[in-house]
This record gives sequence, C-alpha cells and structure tokens, in this order.
Amino acid sequence: MTQYIVRRIIQLVFVLIGVSLVVFFTMHVLPGDVAQMLLGDHATNEQLARLRQQLGLDQPIYVQYVLFARDALHGDFGTSLRSNNPAFLDVWYAFPVTMQLSVAALCVSVAGGVPLGVLAAVWPLSRFDNTVMTVSLFGVSMPIFWLGLMMILVFGAFLDWLPIGGSMPIGVEPPRITGMSVVDSLISGDWNYILLSLQHLVLPAFTLGTIPLALITRITRSEMLSMRSQDHVRTARAKGLSEPKVVLKHVLRNALIPVVTVIGLQLGLLLSGAVLTETIFSLPGLGRLMINAILDRDYPVVQAAALLTAFVFVAVNLVVDLSYAYLDPRIRYR
Amino acid sequence: MSTVELAATEQAAPPRRSVLRVLRRPTARVGAAIVAIFLLLTVIAPEIAPYDPYDQDFGAALQEPSLEHLFGTDQYGRDELSRVMYGSRTALLSILVADGIALFIGTTLGLVAGFYGRWVDSAAMRLVDVLLAFPYLLLALIIVASLGPSLVHSMIAIGIVATPVYARVIRGQVLAVRTTEFVLAARAIGGSAGRIMLRHVLPNSFTPILVMATLQAGTVVVETAGLSFLGMGAQPPSPDWGSVLAEGQGYFLTSWWIATFPGLAIFMVVLGFNLLGDALRDHFDPRRRKE
Repeated sequence: MTQYIVRRIIQLVFVLIGVSLVVFFTMHVLPGDVAQMLLGDHATNEQLARLRQQLGLDQPIYVQYVLFARDALHGDFGTSLRSNNPAFLDVWYAFPVTMQLSVAALCVSVAGGVPLGVLAAVWPLSRFDNTVMTVSLFGVSMPIFWLGLMMILVFGAFLDWLPIGGSMPIGVEPPRITGMSVVDSLISGDWNYILLSLQHLVLPAFTLGTIPLALITRITRSEMLSMRSQDHVRTARAKGLSEPKVVLKHVLRNALIPVVTVIGLQLGLLLSGAVLTETIFSLPGLGRLMINAILDRDYPVVQAAALLTAFVFVAVNLVVDLSYAYLDPRIRYR
Repeated sequence: MSTVELAATEQAAPPRRSVLRVLRRPTARVGAAIVAIFLLLTVIAPEIAPYDPYDQDFGAALQEPSLEHLFGTDQYGRDELSRVMYGSRTALLSILVADGIALFIGTTLGLVAGFYGRWVDSAAMRLVDVLLAFPYLLLALIIVASLGPSLVHSMIAIGIVATPVYARVIRGQVLAVRTTEFVLAARAIGGSAGRIMLRHVLPNSFTPILVMATLQAGTVVVETAGLSFLGMGAQPPSPDWGSVLAEGQGYFLTSWWIATFPGLAIFMVVLGFNLLGDALRDHFDPRRRKE
C-alpha cells in the first residue's frame, strides 16, 4: 500500500505541474495581448510597454513560467486588478463558501441517492423502481442553471418558503471564523443565525446536489443488481441467511465500493456546478469570483482560482483513489 | 478452419449488431423522437416561427402565454416561442462544432496513443490526465477567459474540454483491437501504419465512438448553454437558449414563462440524447444487455 501511495503522489506532482502549465500558457500564449486587454484599446504604446515590463511580459515565455511557478508556490499570484488585494487572499476568502455549498450538496446527493438506489434494486422492475429510474433520468438531464431558477420560482416566489439568494440576510452575519455561514453560526451558538444560514443553504444545496443524486441513485442500483448474482451472495442465501441480512451484509457492502469512488468523483461535477449555482443564488463563492474576474479581466484572480480549484479536485481524486485501493486490494497491484 | 481459428475469429470480430435495431427499445424510440423533432426544428424554424426572434415590440413586453404568443413575450416584447425555436439552431451548431472538435482531436489522440503505445501513449495519456484534472466548466472558463467571451469561443472551449473523454475511450478500444488477427494480418502484408489505423482499427472502434458522440451531444448542449448563461458564450440578443435564460433572469420572478420555456427546451434535448445514448450503449454492450 505504501508503494502505491508513493507512486500516486509522484503522479500527482506531475499532474499539478501540467495543470499549472495549462493555466499559465492558456492565459499567456493564446491570442490576445494581456496588457492590451487590461488597458483597453485606447492605451498608448508607452503605457503598454510599461505595463508589460511591470507584469514581466517582456521576458521570454519560459522565464515567465518559472517566475509564475516560483511565486505560486509561495502563494503569490499577484494583486487583484479589481480589489487591489493579493489575488490569493480574494480566492481564499471565497473558497469556504464554495466548500460549504459543495459539501452540503454532496450530503444531499448521498443521503438521497444511496437509499433510493438500494430500494430500487431490492424491488427491480417494480413501480417504485421504474419511478425512481425515470425521475433520476430526468435529474441527470436537468440543466443545473434552469433547475436553480425553477427552485427559486417555486419555493422562493410562489410558495415563499425559502430565501432566494445570498448566504445570510443582508446585514446579518455571524462572526467570521471559517467563512462557512453554517459552521460560523454553529460556533456562535445563536439559534437565529443557525436557522437563517440553514434556510439560505437549502435551495442552492438541492440545486447543486440533484444531478449527483440522480447519478448516485443509478449507479447504486446498477451495482446492487450486478452484485446480487455473485457467487458469495448465492452462498449466503444457501446458508439460510434472511433477505435483509443478505442485502445489507453481502450485497450492499460490496456494491458500495464502486459507489464510494463515484461519490468522490462527483466533486468535479460539484465544483463545476458551483460556478452556476453561486451565480444564480448570488453566493460570494469561488465560482462567482472567477466569473466576475473573467468579465473584469482580472487575470491574477482567474489564475489563482483556477489553480486552487484544480488542486483541490486533484487532491480529492487522490484520496478517492487511495480509499478505493484500501477497500479493494486488487487495485494496488495493477 | 480449425476450431481454435474459428474461436479466434469470433473473438476478434464480434457479430455486428445493427444500429437501427436499437429502436426496438421504447426508451430509444422516445429519445430518437425527441432528437428527430429537435433536428427538424433547426431546419424549419424560419418557416414555422410565428415572429422574427429579434423583433422588439415594447407594447407587448412581458405578456403571459396566450394564443397570440404561445410562450409569452420577454421584456423587449420579443416572442419567446420564436426565440426558443431559433435557439435550436445554436444548439445544433454547438453539437456540430464542439462535439466535432472533441471527436476529431480525441479520436486522433486515442488512436495514435493506443496504436503506437510506448512513449507516444504515455505522453498522450499524461496530457489527458492533466486535462481531466480540471473540473470541466473550470477548464472551459479558463479557455474562454483567454479567447474572450463569444459563442464560437465557448464551442471551442467545450470541444477541448470533451476531448480527453474521447481519447480515453478510443485508446481503450484500439488497445483491444490492435492485437486482433486482422490487424496483425494487415501488418504482415506490409500495410502502412496510417492505412491500418484508418482502414482496420478505426472502423472497428466505431461503436464506442457512436455511443460517446450521442451521449456527449446532450452534454455539449447543456455546457454551451451554461457558458452563455454565465455571459461567456452567445451574447444578447442572440436567441441562444442559455443567453435567453440569462437575459430573462431579472424578470422571471414576476414572469415565470421567460425562464421556463428555454430551460425546458434544453432539458428535452438533453433527455433525448441521453435516452438514445443509453439505449445505444446497452444495445452494443452484451454485459449491459443482459442486465
């Protein structure tokens, strides 16, 4: 196992170097002069030359990359052109919002998807199974930005059950400790804060969690069904074990191994979906920060946000791979 | 032919299943019908759309669905039904461009990597690993950020994002095909690498390409619309579905129809391609067929 972990970490380092190369070269090599973009069409040649020098754009491209990588390793991505803060600080401030949203959405999808998938597999081709499969197919096909708008329309505007935007009401904020409104509210111990933060999280979490929920349901059902015909399950039945015991101890436990991987891999979907969800629900997270940074051509923030997100994604994938290798020893020897 | 040779041949070239036989499945028929309506709409939209999708009529702004405007009107008095109908053309264009880019680059990359193996394979797969290390929308956003927001750029970005998926699948297929007898025989009679890849390996990898392209078509529609919704793709007043949704975002709380119909159109098209893609995958995969 140790050898496997070392091998995967070495691979991770190379992937991260690749990721930094993609981010850097996409921003610097593709058509378009960064200095021109920043200063606009009316900038003089002198102004452009001065800015290129300031940003190091007059250096050869490989030197620019080395300098970028060196600074990035120290957490220095330059200064945000919009807020004048260090770019990494802006990103770091927005990150907890995205983190809280993604974790909440993952909880929704796992808490809903696994039991639904299990029950659908226990009664295959029943009315329940058909309903679950049809609804989950609809869920997989749902554009997340439309689902968010519909959630706002139904639960926010028509029924008036839940707030339609922001992570807290304007002017109400628990003392910032982690940057996650629910966690900070819990730490503050104020029930009003806790209730408000949870109310604000419900619609975004369900919006973001719907597609993963549908995927997890389908995969859990499929894995359960394929596991039911395995020899060890037949043996368990032959030994006279009760059906609930067979399902829970022999089918579900083994079926959950690939499901765990799928759950972990949903993070990419969640991080992508978070960009749209944060835009719809006006949440000050990483996705919204990045969209605003792109629209304002705030490249230091775009680079910092892209690298941090990719890093988190790669790191979580590594943890998922390792947990899978831990659960299924055959993986380690491939 | 000896029994061993016969068995080898059977293993090498599994019996082809007709693509059309997939339509025996009810879900495939529903999917095919939705996709067919969508494709038909892209062709006949100018003939059947009741209004010009760009025509503004401030006197008729934000009208509820009625016989005159079946899907209502937006804040500029433009007919929503006409805009949704014309939006199908942008959706089809995004499938052709983005899915086309991914299909071409991904298939070439996977084909070359799988066929040559060794360092070519390692280099190609590391590139794929790096591209897969980004959440898909993030990579698309970085590319659009660099090229500048526009519909064409968003399609290119989505195409690049989808490339590694094709490359992985095709490589796997090529690895399975390249050691089969007919490929070895083609090598033995002196066939060039290019000829073997194009004439023997590629046609035998057609099935996963077809399944992947169908499933990706729906994904591409959602992703392109998503980028337009974020202001990174098609720009107003284009009747692109994502752009129409974004434009109506400020009014949809009081005028529900503005966001409802374009979103429903995206949902239906994605559902159609997903149903068809799932059915194709099940049809060609014996293991899934059994399930």
